[in-house]
Amino acid sequence: MKAKVYVTLKKGVLDPQGKAVMGALNSMSFAEVKDVRIGKFMELELNAASKDEEEKRLREMCERLLANTVIENYRIEIEG
Amino acid sequence: MKFGIIVFPGSNCDHDCYHAVKHVFGQDAEYVWHKDTSLKGFDCVVLPGGFSYGDYLRTGAIARFSPVMNEVTAFAKKGGLVLGICNGFQILTEAGLLPGVLMRNSGLKFICRHADLKVENASTVFSSSYKKGQVVSIPIAHADGNYFADDTTIKRLEDGDRIVFRYSAPDGQVTMDANPNGARANIAGIVNEAGNVMGMMPHPERASEAELGSTDGSGVFESILKGFLT
Repeated sequence: MKAKVYVTLKKGVLDPQGKAVMGALNSMSFAEVKDVRIGKFMELELNAASKDEEEKRLREMCERLLANTVIENYRIEIEG
Repeated sequence: MKFGIIVFPGSNCDHDCYHAVKHVFGQDAEYVWHKDTSLKGFDCVVLPGGFSYGDYLRTGAIARFSPVMNEVTAFAKKGGLVLGICNGFQILTEAGLLPGVLMRNSGLKFICRHADLKVENASTVFSSSYKKGQVVSIPIAHADGNYFADDTTIKRLEDGDRIVFRYSAPDGQVTMDANPNGARANIAGIVNEAGNVMGMMPHPERASEAELGSTDGSGVFESILKGFLT
């Protein structure tokens, strides 16, 4: 089983990296770019039997390690 | 007084802290490997600066699950003194022993220079050797020192007088210009509610003897000793 985890900054949390990338894009004449938010994408390979059970465990992984919920949101996608 | 200096894979200020405690302040000091599971006999535990686990994922995120951190948490809950410096501060926030999180510096660059700090609270066990309002110059060296917490948390820190150090101008004015990394409320160091756990981004051990060019950081260690001996 494979899972994808997306970790993104919460609304209202300043993203200086995103701002720098936006500045670069704007200066490259991509003037239409109004905002850039940078996040993390993780692929996990799992030895898991049940999708439902594994989703619960993935949530726990996100809450405890993969995301810092003070500043980040996460989204999980399970394949297969 | 006996200090335990925790060594994580990637810690690089452990020797500096050991030197300050042992040779400058003449106290017992021992390294504690991150896989150790006992803090018996220690009066104060120091989480030193560095790049534990290469800062992978987030600073402090993986170190926080090192075996010794269970002991550090138990030690802190029992009222033991815990001082987290730089990466140590980051680990303490990830571990939930201090609120908030240290994000990437607003200017995106690693900053290594002296910073002026205003002592906001000189009544904690970590700052009693200073005077309230005093400005001290202590080096910072970090890429992720931008303290962030939500409004409620910042208010709780302010109301509880838990902000120990703020980045300031040399005259003590707390301004955005004096803020090197974008930290909310210019926060450079805070204590937990009970007052026995402090995290700070600046490095007091790097300003603890004249040979280093400044002794402004000595107050942190002197305060701890003073509190222990009285």
